[in-house]
Amino acid sequence: MKVDFNIDIHHLPRVEGHGDIRISVRDGKLVDAKWAVVETPRFFEVMVKGLSAERVPFLTSRICGICSISHSLASIRSLERAMQITPPETARIIRLLAMHGETLQSHALHLFFLAAPDFAGTPSAVPLLQSHPEVVEAGLMLKELGNELSIATTGRATHPVSLVLGGVSKAPSKQRLAEIKQMIVDRKPMLDKATEFFKTLTIPDFVRETEFISLFDGESYPYIGGDLVTTDGVRRDENDYLAMTNEYTVEFATTKFTKVSRESSAAGALARFNNNYDLLHPQAKAAAEAFGLKPVCHNPFMNNVAQLVECHHLVADAEEIIDCLLDDDLRDIKADYKPRAGAATGAVEAPRGVLYHYMETDENGKVVKGDCIIPTTQNNANIHYDLHALAEQALAQGKGEKEVEKLCEMLVRSYDPCISCSVH
Amino acid sequence: MNHLGFDIEKLKIGSFDFTCCEGCQLQLANKESTLPEFLALLDIRNFREISSERLDDYDIALVEGSITRQDEVERLKAIRAQAKVLVAYGTCACFGGMNAQKNKFDKEECIRTVYGDKEIDTMQESHKISDFVKVDYSIPGCPVNKEEVERIVVSIATRSPISLPKYPVCVECKQRLNTCLFDLGEVCLGPISRAGCDAVCPSGKTVCLGCRGPADDINYDSFVQLVREHGLSEDEMKEKLAFYNGFAEYLNHEG
Ligand code: SF4
Ligand code: SF4
Ligand code: SF4
Repeated sequence: MKVDFNIDIHHLPRVEGHGDIRISVRDGKLVDAKWAVVETPRFFEVMVKGLSAERVPFLTSRICGICSISHSLASIRSLERAMQITPPETARIIRLLAMHGETLQSHALHLFFLAAPDFAGTPSAVPLLQSHPEVVEAGLMLKELGNELSIATTGRATHPVSLVLGGVSKAPSKQRLAEIKQMIVDRKPMLDKATEFFKTLTIPDFVRETEFISLFDGESYPYIGGDLVTTDGVRRDENDYLAMTNEYTVEFATTKFTKVSRESSAAGALARFNNNYDLLHPQAKAAAEAFGLKPVCHNPFMNNVAQLVECHHLVADAEEIIDCLLDDDLRDIKADYKPRAGAATGAVEAPRGVLYHYMETDENGKVVKGDCIIPTTQNNANIHYDLHALAEQALAQGKGEKEVEKLCEMLVRSYDPCISCSVH
Repeated sequence: MNHLGFDIEKLKIGSFDFTCCEGCQLQLANKESTLPEFLALLDIRNFREISSERLDDYDIALVEGSITRQDEVERLKAIRAQAKVLVAYGTCACFGGMNAQKNKFDKEECIRTVYGDKEIDTMQESHKISDFVKVDYSIPGCPVNKEEVERIVVSIATRSPISLPKYPVCVECKQRLNTCLFDLGEVCLGPISRAGCDAVCPSGKTVCLGCRGPADDINYDSFVQLVREHGLSEDEMKEKLAFYNGFAEYLNHEG
């Protein structure tokens, strides 16, 4: 039977920001598939112009309500490199713990509250409170653990207050660190519960080969700074970010698209996993094995699993970092600096993938130029081309309108896109 | 649901976002320990960020974000027409927020810098929502403080009066026994900003940038005097006052 239908999902729910899925099928054949981002732009690259460098991280953190710590630290890293400021080692470790907290809360939010309802066939996580109370509870407790790590290290879970140029303005107290360590010990079993639950879900079978891009330093799983690498073998210095992004505009989206060696590329948990598998904590590797996840995996739906694997890594690593901080006197937390002219890129691995801020300062420490390239900007083209391939595959398998629509929604969500941030 | 022995109907609530970072909405999902009880007060009818369900019979609309494009005005008016109570949620919605820092640049320059030749629809200014619709309550903060949101939602549910602290952030800062940042040589907006955040910034040893807007009856002239007495830069003071657009009316005022 020949089928004709149009899918027009306006403002896709359970994602951050406003994006539409538009698909048209005539005579059973795919005519068009688009990932149309309709978000309003905010113009952060203009807003930073003329602002004092020390204020910039407080502005750019407002690019995103979920990964404000990453944005703050990307700006801080670019400005510290531009003005030749070296933060003390203790501050570096506190910042890393802050990032872990943010990634944990972001992954937990995505996995349990945005993605899980798709797999369970419910419109939101609220019905899951009835059907799977222990899973929702595990999700809430992991998310809270993430937030508590961020609050202890930065003063607040969303929009950090104590991440500043030169280091951190305030260190967490030892008592607070000890409390959080206990919280980690108590909540580790939640991770196993989550793993058991996600193992019962069916991950759609879909593969489209792509190029995965992430940070890499060969020593530790990536979070702040490093070289830029792809699974196609490209390796660049952090300051060469433009060679990894090649932004361009498309007529149907207010966000930009990017590419490296192919028509599109992908950033995020699966990209980090694919490029840095050997550097994962053994507990995280064990979790990956339980799902049969191995590098290089080209199924975008497996990004959900990679996020769960990362949660195992984050929790185990956070415990070790806290031990380190408990042995430290926590006094040397901020370097003095003088404003100076310079330019540099700061790259960090935000929960959704590699995030670049580039800043140029003048001799008074005012920003004269800024550029921010967000993970979702780097994923938008991949989402767009995946939609096309997925819809074609589903039609070839004889799937109808409702099934195609559901799969497409799930696909976009599996990237955990942050649309409002990708239009900045 | 039952509160102090009274039966209370669940509040039919919708949450809507405009130009913003969605950080305020996300606060609704934070404070996980009280989240199930908080959710028990609410019948969430429309909340795109966490649910696929979209029902249009809500009584209370939480509106987050500032307005920067004409189609947002139409959507906002439709939300106003439906809602019995409309709450401006967060600094973007209350004051235009940090998005308003683009207001000092020409919009053509903004578009050219970010998009080159591509045509982009945007307004010259980032607007607060009360520029277009009547707002019943405002909850300021970048992001909002979840405790305050819970308190206000419970007040709406129990039909109790709603109020924000009238006093400035310094009061809460002193309660937390912080060393004043003015004594460390920094300009802090705590003396003129509305409290209610538990002085979270000065407690983290960074200055208050006034995200909650002006406190009631502030003495702006003596604040400027304080900055001068400490020999601190007035340019820096102005950069801070402009940060969240909450002090727009004071910015060109000669202290
Ligand atoms: S007020 Fe702040 S936290 Fe809230 S949406 Fe606006 S930028 Fe985000
Ligand atoms: S640090 Fe800021 S908020 Fe605290 S007392 Fe001083 S001026 Fe007030
Ligand atoms: S201290 Fe000032 S800037 Fe910080 S949250 Fe409170 S009002 Fe906002």
